[in-house]
Amino acid sequence: MSSGPSSGSSRERILGRVRQALADVPPSEQPGEHPVPRDYATQHGEHTHSATVGLLAENLADYRARVHRTEAPGLPALLARLLAERGARRVVVPPALPDGWLATAPVELVRDSPALTARELDSIDSVVTGCALAIAETGTVVLDAGPDQGSRRITLVPDHHLCVVRTDDQVVSSVPQALRRLAPARPLTWISGPSATSDIELERVEGVHGPRTLEVILVAGDPREL
Amino acid sequence: MTGTYLGMPSFPRAADASTRDHRLRANLRRATHTIRAKRDRAVAELDDWVQLRAAGAAVKDRTLRHLDHYLVQLEESVTRAGGTVHWAADAAEANRIVTGLVLATGEREVVKVKSMATQETGLNGALAAAGIRAYETDLAELIVQLGDDLPSHILVPAIHRNRAEIRDIFRRRMAEWGLPAPEGLTDRPADLAEAARLHLREKFLRAKVAVSGANFAVAETGTLVVVESEGNGRMCLTLPETLISVVGIEKVVPTWRDLEIFLQLLPRSSTAERMNPYTSMWTGTTDGDGPRAFHLVLLDNGRTDTLADTTGRQALRCIRCSACLNVCPVYERAGGHAYGSPYPGPIGAVLTPQLRGLASPLEESLPYASSLCGACFEACPVAIDIPEVLVHLRERVVEGGTVTLRGTRTVIKPAKRHATERTVMRAAGWAFDHPRVLRRGQRLLARTRGLHPGRLPGPGRAWSDARDLPEVPPESFRDWWARTRGGSGRKGEPS
Repeated sequence: MSSGPSSGSSRERILGRVRQALADVPPSEQPGEHPVPRDYATQHGEHTHSATVGLLAENLADYRARVHRTEAPGLPALLARLLAERGARRVVVPPALPDGWLATAPVELVRDSPALTARELDSIDSVVTGCALAIAETGTVVLDAGPDQGSRRITLVPDHHLCVVRTDDQVVSSVPQALRRLAPARPLTWISGPSATSDIELERVEGVHGPRTLEVILVAGDPREL
Repeated sequence: MTGTYLGMPSFPRAADASTRDHRLRANLRRATHTIRAKRDRAVAELDDWVQLRAAGAAVKDRTLRHLDHYLVQLEESVTRAGGTVHWAADAAEANRIVTGLVLATGEREVVKVKSMATQETGLNGALAAAGIRAYETDLAELIVQLGDDLPSHILVPAIHRNRAEIRDIFRRRMAEWGLPAPEGLTDRPADLAEAARLHLREKFLRAKVAVSGANFAVAETGTLVVVESEGNGRMCLTLPETLISVVGIEKVVPTWRDLEIFLQLLPRSSTAERMNPYTSMWTGTTDGDGPRAFHLVLLDNGRTDTLADTTGRQALRCIRCSACLNVCPVYERAGGHAYGSPYPGPIGAVLTPQLRGLASPLEESLPYASSLCGACFEACPVAIDIPEVLVHLRERVVEGGTVTLRGTRTVIKPAKRHATERTVMRAAGWAFDHPRVLRRGQRLLARTRGLHPGRLPGPGRAWSDARDLPEVPPESFRDWWARTRGGSGRKGEPS
């Protein structure tokens, strides 16, 4: 697809204007040489691991996510209970969610696949996923479309998202620590609380277009073997 | 208000009307003060804010000083990841490229993520002229679009509307654009948001093409970043088959690691949150997930002219957080529409005249849309010295000088309309050079307070027509300080 013959010449014109505009920059200066001080913190405050997990729970709740904690063996019962409380009947899951997680939940499972249309997704009650990591200081879960998370849209169109975080190895303190562990080539979705707007007289309303209910389950131990 | 900035009056005339709108002033005052207080708390949580701010400014400066290098690198990275890069020298070219790309898909509808770049180019009008309907999907942008209105704030574009007005707009206009407003719609914000959800969901589910902007574009990896709250961004970025992102060339950042600075500075500065609800990052296209085609349109439209001004260049550091609007006493009273541009407030007062050139009375008046109190500089998370740029631009308006316009060095003449300012600035310069005269003048003014008119007579009238003359305090600051030492009882110099 071409945008017409002007495109190539505009590229040269813009780059030419940039170079002309920067006549004051010494020609010998290399891009990396202009100093960037990086004496900011890589995390804010020293915390034990359990305090960091506590901070994550607190900050998630502060932005109105519902937070639950359990040991790995209790995960299936907790998921079944939360879905039942919600009255969820059809639940979409990523391709590689461990089979045991929803084995006891009396719901119809729909596997994420490219064949699933957005309209079909719109008729589904809930979605259950893992995550790539979670950031304590900001109360954020990050999804990177891994096999236990599925495509970006399954955590967007249904109105209820249950996200499982392994506290042993998926919680970091800060944004800098998170970026170091993430792969930029993967599509990333950072989620901090449910969808929200403050556009009408700055009054916060949860849920405009994304899930109106976000439940985060912090799991100690390894639930991957369930 | 009709949906175009063309033919906007100069700032003083527009502000004269808006400052007399008491409801608008009350709405704005409540809103800006609320966000300010929240922001102060969010910023105070990070004890390294000063260091983050310095690092953010330095990364942007590094980028701007080597913008050609980083743009070429970004182009390579995006192309390698499966995207297509287009270059647009001005608004018309950007609109032509986007229109062409949409028409090539065979579609006649697009969904849009809130984007200041496409506001700047007037894309929706250009698409309409080509028979393509563009749906704004951010709640505030939807309110603005349905109301045939213009955005008035960077972060909360419909801040000038209250809930009753929004309900009336939804009731009156939603049916023309798709799903009508529900029967008996109230003015509760939750009900209004629900109406928007229903109205837009059917558009998201059938949309094949989306148009967005971006908050950051990483040269090293080709990653685009959009921060938002509602999920409309995620809908547009992941459901359609084709995604077209129009991005100003100043949005590039060199490395993936640099995001660790801006993803801390931006949310806390703009919405006063630790993190906004949704941040989406994508690198080209991904098989089986999200759009199959991704186009990046890199927009100049006056940015290289701004880059050529070594004082004004720093305005290109702007990350569009809107912190400067919320602390500005002039914005708080005048409202966003008076600035005649998608970029209102202090940043608009420096960005608009530079992007467009000092092209008309509006652009010439904007450098004066400030009290130079410095609150904007204090608030700016990338340390743009807005007062410095304002004074620099005032000098250009008053004295003329060399500027770059569409890539060409041009000498502009002093603006005729600012003869009064020119005289006043010269007189002020003389008085500041002669402190004793200044002191005597201040005392004289203080003693004659009761006699001061609300409007200046004679040649001063043009100046005071658009300004309320300040009330003179009973005592000058100098005299008060000499008498009280700031009330602290300390004898030393002020710290």
